[in-house]
Parts: sequence; C-alpha cells; structure tokens
Amino acid sequence: MELFTNQVLAGVATGAIYACMALAVVMIYQAIDHLNFAQGEMAMFSTFISWQLMQWGIPYWWAFLLTLAISFAGGILIERLLFKPLAKAPVLTNVAGFIALFAIVNSVAGLIWDFTIKQYPTPFGSSPFLGSQLISTHQAGMIGVTLLMLVGLYLFFQFTRIGLAMRAAAALPESARLVGVNTSWMIALGWGMASAIGAVAGILIAPVVFLEPNMMGGVLVYGFAAAVLGGLSSPLGAVIGGFLVGVFENLAGTYIPGVGNELKLPIALALIITVLVFKPAGLFGRAIVKRV
Amino acid sequence: MMLSTRSAAFATALIASIAVSGSALAQKKYDTGASDTEIKIGNIMPYSGPASAYGVIGKTEEAYFKKINAEGGINGRKINFVSYDDSYSPPKAVEQARKLVESDEVLVVFNPLGTPSNSAIQKYLNSKKIPQLFVATGATKWNEPKDFPWTIGWQPSYQSEARIYAKFLMKEKPDAKIAVFYQNDDFGKDYLKGLKDGLGAKASMIVAEESYETSEPSIDSHIVKLKATGADVFISITTPKFAAQAIKKIAEVEWRPLHIVSNVSASVGSVIKPAGFENAQGILSANYAKDGADAQWDNDPGMKKFYEFLAKYYPEANKLDGSVVYGYGAAQTMVKVLEMCGDDLTRANVMKQAASLKDFAPDTLLPGVKINTSAKDFAPIEQLQMQRFKGEKWELFGDIISGELNN
Amino acid sequence: MSAAAEDAVTEAPAVEAVPKRAMTLGTGTSLVILAALLVTPIFVKNFVVFQMTMVMIYGIAVLALNILTGGSGQFSLGQSAFYALGAYTSAVLMEVANVNYALTLPIAGLVAFGAGYLFGKPALRLSGIYLALATFALAVAMPQLLKLHFLEHWTGGVQGLTVMKPDAPFGLPIGQDKWLYYFTLAISLAIYIGSINLLRSRSGRAFMSIRDNEIAASAMGVDVAQYKTLAFGVSAGITGIAGGLSAIVVAFVAPDSYTINLAIALFLGMVVGGVGWLPGSFVGAAFIIFVPNIAESISKGLSGAVFGVLLFLVIFLVPHGARQVAMVAQHLLGKLTKKN
Repeated sequence: MELFTNQVLAGVATGAIYACMALAVVMIYQAIDHLNFAQGEMAMFSTFISWQLMQWGIPYWWAFLLTLAISFAGGILIERLLFKPLAKAPVLTNVAGFIALFAIVNSVAGLIWDFTIKQYPTPFGSSPFLGSQLISTHQAGMIGVTLLMLVGLYLFFQFTRIGLAMRAAAALPESARLVGVNTSWMIALGWGMASAIGAVAGILIAPVVFLEPNMMGGVLVYGFAAAVLGGLSSPLGAVIGGFLVGVFENLAGTYIPGVGNELKLPIALALIITVLVFKPAGLFGRAIVKRV
Repeated sequence: MMLSTRSAAFATALIASIAVSGSALAQKKYDTGASDTEIKIGNIMPYSGPASAYGVIGKTEEAYFKKINAEGGINGRKINFVSYDDSYSPPKAVEQARKLVESDEVLVVFNPLGTPSNSAIQKYLNSKKIPQLFVATGATKWNEPKDFPWTIGWQPSYQSEARIYAKFLMKEKPDAKIAVFYQNDDFGKDYLKGLKDGLGAKASMIVAEESYETSEPSIDSHIVKLKATGADVFISITTPKFAAQAIKKIAEVEWRPLHIVSNVSASVGSVIKPAGFENAQGILSANYAKDGADAQWDNDPGMKKFYEFLAKYYPEANKLDGSVVYGYGAAQTMVKVLEMCGDDLTRANVMKQAASLKDFAPDTLLPGVKINTSAKDFAPIEQLQMQRFKGEKWELFGDIISGELNN
Repeated sequence: MSAAAEDAVTEAPAVEAVPKRAMTLGTGTSLVILAALLVTPIFVKNFVVFQMTMVMIYGIAVLALNILTGGSGQFSLGQSAFYALGAYTSAVLMEVANVNYALTLPIAGLVAFGAGYLFGKPALRLSGIYLALATFALAVAMPQLLKLHFLEHWTGGVQGLTVMKPDAPFGLPIGQDKWLYYFTLAISLAIYIGSINLLRSRSGRAFMSIRDNEIAASAMGVDVAQYKTLAFGVSAGITGIAGGLSAIVVAFVAPDSYTINLAIALFLGMVVGGVGWLPGSFVGAAFIIFVPNIAESISKGLSGAVFGVLLFLVIFLVPHGARQVAMVAQHLLGKLTKKN
C-alpha cells in the first residue's frame, strides 16, 4: 500500500511536468489548429536563454521575465518569418515545417551550449514538501504555477475580447474575418503566447531533468499524449491529462508483471488510445458534430 | 649563433638522410588510402540525432589530427580525416561506411561510435579487409580476433568493468542487497551480464533489477520503486543525464545506499557537478582516464599537454566534457599505431601494429593504466582503478585492477 | 470529426487536386526513367548502387504512406513500426529458420498487412490529430517491443541480428550490390504498377471518395469502415515489404534502426515528393537520403540546422513538392510543343 501511495505521488510529481508542457500544446492548438512538433525545442531554447542570462549575472526573476518577453517576441517572429508564408500551403507541408524548425533549433542549441547537462536553479528549493520526500517543494511549486497558468488561460480565453477573437480565428477563420477579427495577427499572437508558456514549462522542468538540448524530446511526447487525452480544446483537460498520464505510467510500471517496467510508455499510450476510441475528442474536449 | 644553427641543420640533414636510406631499405608499401604524402582515415559519429552529445569525440579527433599535421604529420605524411554523420542509425552507418571505403577510399575506419552502428558495419568491413580500429563502444564482442580479425576495441569493456564492481562487493560487502538500475539497451544489458557473471553463485545478492528508456523525461518513479525494495547497494548503469537525476533523486528521498555509478557517467563536469557535490559524497566508480574537470590533474604533465592542445587547436571545447578526453586518447592511440607502421602502410600491417601495442600510455590515461594488445588480445584498455567521490573530486583507491574476462 | 481533420481534407489541394490519372507519369517518361535505372549500375561505383537501392526501398515505403494519405486521406506517423515488423520478419526467417531471402518478402508483407489491418480497426474511430497521435504511439512503442526480453531468442534483443547478404542466383556474373539493385528494382516496379492499378480500381476509387468526403462516400454506398482499414492494411503491407528488403540489403536489423526518426523521415519524403503523386515518392526518398549528406558536408556542427533550412527552402519554393515541379515542367513542355 505504501508503494502504491508512493508511486501515485511520484506520478503526480512527474505528471506536473507533462501538464505544464500539455498546457503549451493546447495553447498553440487553440491558436493555429495544429500540434507544433517544434514546441518542445522552442521551450528548451527559451530555457537556455534564461540560463545564459543568469550566467551573465542577471537575477533569477529578472531573467525569468526577460526570457518570457524574448520568447513571446521570438514566437511571433517565427510565425511571421516562417509560417505566415506557408499559410496557403497544405497542412502536411506545415507539419514538415515544424519538423524543419525542430531540427534547426535543436542543432543551434547544441552548437551554442553543447550537449553536456547543466544544472538549473529553482526558486522553490528542493526540500521535501509537507513532510513527503516524494514531492519536493520545487515540484509543488511547479504544480502551483501550472494551476495558476491554467486559471489565467481560462480567464483569457473565456472573458477577454482578444482571447475570444483568438478562439474564433482558430476555429472558424472565415466567419472570424467577417466579424472583423484580424485572423493573421491572432495566429501570430497565439505563437507568441504558446512560446512564452513553453518557456515557463521549460524553466520549471529544467531543474528536474537537467538542461541540455535534448531535454524536451521525451517530455513533448508525454505532453502531446496528455493534451490529447484531456482534449485539445480544454486547458483544464490538458492539465488533468498530464497528471493522469504520470500516474498511469507509474502504476503500469509497478504493477503489471513481466513487461510492465519495460513497456511503461507503450502501455500508457495504448491506454490513451483506448480512451480516445471511446471518447474521440478526449476526456474534456467538445465533440464537434460533422456536417456534409 | 650562426654556427650552431648551421651545425644543427647539418645534423638534421644527416639524421634525415639516414632515416631515408633506412626507409628505402624497408621499402614503402601502400594500400588504398595511403601514399607518400597522405594517410586517409575514415570515421563515423552521431553528429545529429539522439546521441549527438558524442559528436564531440569526432571533433576532438579532427582537432588532434590537425595538430599532428601542423607538427609535420606522421613520418612526413599528413592525416586526412574524413568523418561522417550517421545520426546513430545503423542503416545510415552502413551507407557511410561504404562511402568511406568505396568512394573516399580510406585506409582504415577509426573509432566509429555506438554498438548498433558498429555491429551493422562489422561484417562489411571484415569482408573487405578494412581495419575497424578502436571502436567507440564498450561491448565485449569487439575482442574476437578469430571471427573478426579486422575489428578491435579500445576502451575497457562494460562487462569487465561490471566484474570489478562484483569483485569489490563480494569482498567488501558480502551481505549486500543490490539494486541494479540500467538503461534498456546494449550498454545496460552488457553491464548487467558482467555483473551477474562476476557475482557468479552469489548473483542472488541482486534483489532488484529495473530498466529505463532514454525517452523517459524523469526516472523518479524507478528510484522510488527501488528504494522500496530495501536494497543497500545501488548500481547505476546509466548515461550522464540519468546518472545525475538518480544521484539527485536518491539524495532527495533520503535513501543512503552504497552508490556505484558506471564509468560512462563518472565525469565530474558533466554528471557530478550538475547533480550537486553535496549529493555525491561517497559514490564509487572505476576509471581508466583522467578527468578534465578534476583539479588534481592540473599539474600532471600528460594533462598539461592535453590542455595546451585544447587551447591551441580546439578552444571552443568544453574540457569538463568526458568525451573530449576520450577523443584525445583514442586519436593518440591511432597516431601511435601509424607511427609504428613506418612506411608499410598496408591495411594488414596497420592491423598487425594495432595488435602489437606494448605498454602504450596516452596522456589522458590514469597513471599505471597501459594499452596492451596482441594477436590474441584485441582489448586495448583492460585496466581500471576504483575511485570514491570526496569533496569535489574523485579519490583513487586500491590497485589498478585488470578486468580481463578470462579469469 | 475534428476541425483539423476537416482542414486536412478541405485545405489540402495537394490531396484533392489529384485525379487518378495525374497520380502517375506518362508512359514515355516512365520508359525513359526505367531504361536509365536499368543501365546506371553499369557505370557507377558499388557504393552508389547501394545508395540507389536504398532510395528505392525508402521510395516503396513512402509510396505506401502515399497510398494511405494521398489515397484514402488518413494520416500516419507510425510507418516505421510496419517497416520494422517487415524487416524483423525477413531477418528472423532468414537467420533463424533459414528461409530463402526472396521468400521472406511476401511473408513480411503479409505480417505487416495483418498488423496494419488490425491497427486500422480501432484507428477507424480516430481522425486527424488523434490518428496522428495513435500512429505516433505505435512508432514510439515498436523499438521497445523489439527489445522485449522474452523475444530476445529470435530478435537478438538490443544487439540486433546480422543477416547474410545474398549472392546473385544461377551463378550470374554480377556482384551482390548490383544483384540486389536489380532485385529491388523489379520489386519496386511491381509494387509501383500494382499501386497504380489499385488506385485506378474500384477500391482505389472508394479510397479517394473517402478522402474527399467521407459522409458523401458512405451515402453513395461505400463501406467506409472496410475501405479505411483496408487502406491501412495495404499501406502497412507494402511498408513491410520495404522493411524486409532493407533487412536484406543492409544485412542488419536492430531496434535503433526503426525509431520515430524513421517515421518522420518517411513523412518528410511524402511531403517533399508531393502528397498523392506516386512517382514523387521516389523523389522524396532521394531527398531523405541525400539531403542529410549535403547538410553534413556544409557544416558538421550544424548539420541539423542546415537540413532544416534546406527543408524550409523546399517547402517555401514548392509547397506541393516534386509534383508541383513536374506539373510546371509538363505545362512548359506542353507550351513548347504547341509552338512547334
């Protein structure tokens, strides 16, 4: 029983990483209606920027804010330079563009900062949280920040004009244009916000997994899985999805005899697909009715 | 002043003429890839893809050969180092190996990296009788001169290192309850086998085996699970990122096992320091090379040469990265073999010389560790020394141990 | 159906604008290319012959994906899993059961077909991004499945399996590489012609009607579920044959050969070649083999970045891939002949 609780707790702690990334995934999906394969790499690059700023002697929180600003601007820049020209191209061509961006960002980061792992500081400390050694104060802080971002995003998309306009631009671009939404800039804004949220995710994840150019590879797979499980249109779903994937995976690894540990990830993914078969729009996603 | 220069020049000329007549007697012999002016060396590295961290090895080797060329080359011949990217994908490694052999026409393929990639090209290179020299992997299978006379390893094999830990544990902690944490690939499995072989009848000391995949972002849950087994020895057969995560997590959950970390992840700069010195006190490992991040070698003559080389030929290198030290040692071994070949630069002779290294000690190996090979022994480095982490550096202890598999 | 999937159908003229005749090359052009392919090995080094063989093998795999995506409108990031299945089937049959290499290919195809068909069943309920994730999961899981300890006896586990490279049969006086080249060429040709006929057949028309409008297709009496799973099965089967060929030609299989990177490469091959244009598959395959080499020759430290930039250039210039180039060329050619 103790092992069970411990694994659930450890799962929640790891799940926080996935939830964080899943939020960024949902953000970009809301804005552009695709999954951005380069998102993890962009987050990694942002994290390196903040690390570099701190190496130059800028205090943590200033580096944090500066990084958010740089990432926001960077996201917009990437959209304007690379993806706006592809707006008329087929969807699959856009996906190829994401893959190209992935290769570029990863390789440039490797050249600038090399591939050795780097320690990344945490503002929350890493002592045990509430007496449990399984969740450190950093992980608790991470869960806290994720929830804060979630509330922020919810309010933004639900109640602000610009948030609503962004949703409209992504869901029904034609109609949105008709009511006067500048859909092109809404997409750029979405890229900027997704990039900034990704930066927060990277900065929170780096103290746990260590900073290096390949740090987000695995995280992104889980982030996608979590976002899809929760429903791509729902930030809340993405966060819950993240925690569920973290816990699922640990329990599968611990309790399925024989192959559980070797096949942790495949089992978790299979479970997600099973859920999707029954709820094709994810746990919290709105099902869209097809019309002819 | 004038006189002395002149006499020096005369002396040089004299020596040169003796050397020339000597080599004329020995008759120059070449295979494809070698000539009076050039020796072509091929190499395959994962410059891109999941294992791109190791690309540094290839870059270090390139810089080292640049240094050799700047200093006049080997017996007057310049090294032409052709290195290709295989992204750690075996089919790509086959393509690149064939390109090196059939299109670039290299004399040898030197230090290609990765067990899967080397396994993929081994049969091809052996059938073409191209030396596959000093492969950059610790699998045991490179030491099979009978079946694969053209393939030779370099670093100590994973299995022999694991046996050293097994011996140590049986002697120092015979009642140990061992938890093994390993990467689910050739590297992890080889170690595990070595450990079990080394423990022999006492393999029941292993109370838990847990594997992880490199795609996992965090390994926390494995550590929680292993802690719950009540083991008091933790053997970490991991690559740097995961080794550092394990060191940190074990400290966080206040588990205090005897912690042994594999040599692959014993680097102070790229593992221990990021994981936190305070978390790493008392960790054990074994090593054969000096650590570029360890202050105790600052005045070591060999490492001084290494640092000078970095400053001049590879200034952008991160000396904390164990791969740089590795590439330097491997390249130095290659140069040594080519020097021994003299003017007989046939592939057969290169292989013969690679298999007749006697007590060769590259600058970066630990004092006392020497490279020895013979026609029956294709495992160049077989010695390691145990070390314990204290303060901010490794302290070597005990004798230099040979991990030869035939004992 | 998610909005994304609707996009994939409505916003992708590359998929829609391909009527079945435009999916292929004219007979004249085809014959010229075939003649060129037949004689080239005589003039080039064995290493180039090997590379061309690999282009054809990847070409077959890209073509298989093209049938699925360009033909039936379904998307897959999991082709590497079927490729791996084919490769391991061939390798295990050859090394453990001593089956003749040529005979292992149909078996590899059948095994992969079965797996694809079964996978296509639950995948039926998924579309767009959800289907992408499901197939992606398959690609991620496959190397781990191949490493499973209780399969080690056959698969060689993490160490992989070395395969004997076959010699030319009947004492033909050509080397292994040239023999395998012609062997692969023959199979590629058979699969290429077969695929064209498939897409022109009743089933092909059914695939395309699903691609263009699923609901309309079902209203017209097309058994949507049946044809969608069939498309998955056929695509997987062809990919499996490509995988089997690769095991024979590379003479080695290991879990590291079939990671998600392979699935991504095949996907890129399809986009670069032009979605829905079958001959483009081979152009795309050439891209994924040669462009990384070019990138690496430009800069070793930044080979990934150079590759990314080159890829961007291609999709900026020709968002519809090689197909667009071919169409423009055809157009110009048409003008020229008219003038004359």
